This record gives sequence, C-alpha cells and structure tokens, in this order.
Amino acid sequence: MPALPADAGPVRRTPPLKGTGHWPDLSFRWLVLLAALVIVALIALVGWELYRGSRMAVHTFGAGFLVHSTWDPVADVYGALPFIYGTLVSSLIALLIAVPLGVATALFLTEMAPVRLRQPVITIIEMLAAVPSVIFGLWGIFVMIPWLRDHLFPWLQGWLGFLPIFKGQIYGVSMLAAGIIIAIMILPIITSVSREILRSVPDLQREAAYALGATHWEVIRIAVISYARRGLFGAAVLGLGRALGETMAVTMVIGNRPEISASLFAPGYTLASVIANEFTEATTDLYLNSLFELGLVLLVITILVNAIAQLMLRTLNGGAATKVS
Amino acid sequence: MDLAVTFQPSAAQHHWRRWKSRIIAVVMGLSALLVMTPLFLVLYFLIREGASSLDWNFFTQLPKPSGEAGGGMANAIVGTIELLAMAAAIGVPIGVLGGVFLAEYGSLTANYWLRFAADVLNGIPSIVWGMVVWAMLVVPFKTFSAYSGGVALGLMMIPLVMRTTEEVLVLVPQSYREAGLALGIARWKIITVIVIKTALKGIVTGVLIALARVAGETAPLLFTALGNNFWNRNLGEPIAALPLQIFSYAISPYDDWHRQAWAGALVLMMLILGLNVTVRFFSRERH
Repeated sequence: MPALPADAGPVRRTPPLKGTGHWPDLSFRWLVLLAALVIVALIALVGWELYRGSRMAVHTFGAGFLVHSTWDPVADVYGALPFIYGTLVSSLIALLIAVPLGVATALFLTEMAPVRLRQPVITIIEMLAAVPSVIFGLWGIFVMIPWLRDHLFPWLQGWLGFLPIFKGQIYGVSMLAAGIIIAIMILPIITSVSREILRSVPDLQREAAYALGATHWEVIRIAVISYARRGLFGAAVLGLGRALGETMAVTMVIGNRPEISASLFAPGYTLASVIANEFTEATTDLYLNSLFELGLVLLVITILVNAIAQLMLRTLNGGAATKVS
Repeated sequence: MDLAVTFQPSAAQHHWRRWKSRIIAVVMGLSALLVMTPLFLVLYFLIREGASSLDWNFFTQLPKPSGEAGGGMANAIVGTIELLAMAAAIGVPIGVLGGVFLAEYGSLTANYWLRFAADVLNGIPSIVWGMVVWAMLVVPFKTFSAYSGGVALGLMMIPLVMRTTEEVLVLVPQSYREAGLALGIARWKIITVIVIKTALKGIVTGVLIALARVAGETAPLLFTALGNNFWNRNLGEPIAALPLQIFSYAISPYDDWHRQAWAGALVLMMLILGLNVTVRFFSRERH
C-alpha cells in the first residue's frame, strides 16, 4: 500500500456515504466513478493518438529518428536530435538559473523575511505564475531580446568569451534567451513547491540547531536544507517537467533553427516549438508523422520527469506540495 | 569553569559567523526581489506599450488586412470568451464529479493513483493537447473549429478542477453528512444538496483558477481553433482567440500589428488578473 497522502485532508478516511443498493444512489456512484476514470482515459487517449499519428515515421526511421540531426522537409528526411538537444539544453539553462533563485526565495520567505512581508511577496510570485506564455513571448521579443543582444550578451562575451558556450555571433534570439525566459516561467512553481517543503520541516529541527548556538544561516544549512534536500530536489524535477513542455514563449525567442551549436548565443529549436511552427504546414504524411513522433518523444520525457517528481514529493511529505498547478 | 572558557570560539570567528549569516540573508532577500522583477517589468511594458493602443476601435472592430493601419480585436475577445464557455462546459461537470468521487467514494489506493494520474495529466505540455484534439476532432470533421479549441481547453481543465474540488469537499464537516443520513436523505442528495452546496464557494474558486489558467493558453489552440480574422458565425468553423491573435501579430513584420499585440496582451492580462482577483475576494470571505 502506498504511503498515505496527507493532502487527503485531516478528515475521516471511511466515508459514510458509500451508498446503498438504491438505484439513484447506485447510478450517482457510477456517474462520479466514470468522471474520475476520465483522468485515466485521457492519459490513454493522449498516448494512443500520438502513437497512431507517428506510426509511419516510427516505421520509416526506426530508432535512428532519435539520433539523426537532419530535418529536411524538402527531401522528406527527418531526425529529432537538434530538437531533443534544444529542449534539454534550454531546460537545463532554465534550471541552473531558476533552482538557486527559487530555493533562495523560498528560504527567504520561510526563514528570514519579516512576517508582514511574506504574504505580499507570495502573492506577487503567484501573479507571475498567472502571466500567459504568449505574453512572456511578446515581452521577450520586444524588450528582453534587444536588451540581451545589446547589453548582457556582449558583456558576457567580453568576460567569458574564451569559453566555447559564449563564442560566436550574437543575434539576440538564442538558446540562452530561451533558457532565461523558461527560468522566469518556472520560478513560481519551484518557489512555491520549495516553500511547501520548507514549511514541512519541523520547528524542533530549527530549535535544536539554535540551542547549539548556530547562527541563522547555520540553522538553515544544517537543520533545514539537509532535512529538506530530497523535497527540494523534487521541486527542481517538477520545474524541469514544466520547462520541457514550454512552447509559445520559447518559440518566440529561441530563433527556430534546427542546428546543434556549442554556443549558447546561437539560435536553436525545441520539440515543442517545432511542432507549434510546422504542424499546420506539414505537407506530406511522413512530415506530419515525424512531428507526431516529436510530440511522442516530448510526452514520454515529460511524463517520466513528472512522475518522478510526484513520487519524490509524495513519499517525502505526503504530497502536500503537489496541489500546486 | 576553566574548561568552558577554553571551548569558547575566538571573537573573530564568532564575528565572521554572524556576518556570514547576515550576508546570506541579504543575498536571499535580493533573490526574492529578482524573482519578482519580471512581473513588474512585464506589467510596466504592457501598460506603457498597450494602453496607448487601447481605444474604442480595439474593442469594436475586426482586424484589418495585413499592413493596413487601424482595426481591432473584437472578434478575438468574443472568441476567447466563447472558447472559455465551451471549456467550462466540459471541464467543470467532469472535474467536479471526479472530485466528488475522490472526496466521498474512492478507496485509499484508488485515490492515490487517481491523484497521481491527475497530477501527471496536469504536466502534459499544452502543445500535446493541441495535437491530440487535432487528431480527434479536426481530422475526422475535416475543418478547424471552435468546438475543437473548446474541447482542448476543457480537457486541460479537468484535472485542475478535480483536484481543487476534492480539496474543498473534504473540508466540509463530517457532521453535515451524518445529519443528512440521520434524516434519511438519499446519499446522492446529501452530496449534491448539502456537501456540494456548502463547498460551492471553494468549487467556484477552483473553477475560476482553472479558467484563468487556460484563458492564456495559445499552444492547444494553434491546430484546433486556428484563429480567424472575421466573426465566427458557426462553432464548426475556425474562431479567433486573444492569445492566438497576440502571437500572430507579435511575430508579424508590421509595427501597427506589434502595437495591437501589446494592446491585446494588456486586455488578456487584465482578464486573467481580474479572474485571479475575484478568486482572492472569494477565498478571503471564506475565512
């Protein structure tokens, strides 16, 4: 039996309303059961439709689809590698930025900030989560990209230009720009899940460390972070799950070029953005099937990552953090 | 006494530890500030760039052909509202009934896996929903349609509504159910008339949050609702939506369209913030 999920609430676990043999009760029970099973049916439906839509590409290219880097609709030859690479690299950049910032913010909110300051900051971060992807994309195109192109990127190149990742022509639209915009978009979820995790650390932990004469930071490091480490890792994995599937904002700032380049200043392409851009233009069946296979790859990766995150967060503290959408 | 003194750390060490703690507190505070900055920047530019383009025409006119100045997004605003209504028609009943199952009927194990499935479903990228609904509804009917867009958004709402409904239903005191049973009321009536009614405010809150979440979705609409430069007279045909219009205008080469994209984004943001503020109002009253 799996661990008892605590978010079932503080209430009883044996519902007295299980129902009788009366037909209205029975049919109501079947009705709600059916509604709950829709969830399972939907997962099956998503998997089935993507499998069905991609069969021809799977048959034609086999496993080579995943490792070939040619994406040529004119010659009808397709390989997914540049998109898998772009998805993973942009998400990793996002995590490198968002995890330290998000965890530090969560620590600030649970351990350090004056109590009066906490709720306003939390509200503002929740508002950030409400901003639609397409608006971040619009802002990215007209505000962030010009700033990155004219200020941050040349500055980075000036200092760290000897590194291969900061070499090459600066266009503005780039893998790094995509990583930054994804980071902004996953910060709210990483922060709020981390906050839930940190709040579940028992005060006894902190008090014990204080009693030993630890400073505020030492309490956090010894008593809080080491206690919450696994949950914080779960929060990061959940953030990764969101990052991998981000579509609109990424499409608008990544440059949409299916190339693998060592430089983060070079344009790239992700699984989600190539689907968004080329789906309605797919002229041949094989083209469409290949796009579906990209969708299938994306689905498999995100489901795996999300499942891992949920399991980590659940077994840890009963899933208190998973209600964050 | 002597022993205790020898174990005292030096004053310098003590100082350093205190200072380190303070420096890290400042760094954390700055992180929090940095995390909030994008919201202010986005809102600032939305208002600066968008407000000047918002006029009467924006709310009443159709988009003009490419390159021509003027025009508005009236059809996209109405389209977004129509799509949200269709999404709610699918997402709310299924989500609420599923939530009832989780709160009132399910066994521990079944609930654990159903919740797990709902959370995994929640994590499916929105673009994938677009592809699935395209294969399900656009291909068989041979046309992009408002229906398919509404279905895509509605399916995305189901797990969201289900989870929040469950959360508020378990907060309804057990004694309410027992009182109903003692009066000999049928169980399905206890649930619908007493339990759901008591938790109605919370359920509405959850629905509004879910609506706010899907209102800004663009990716699932790209291959379903498609977008439309004219009024949608028939839900079986493509329909305009604010996020779609913002996207296509933002990546267009025309300055006037960029201006309108900002205006559209401002309206969309107002709609979403409006829903969120309503939610806050609702949930504040509850306490």
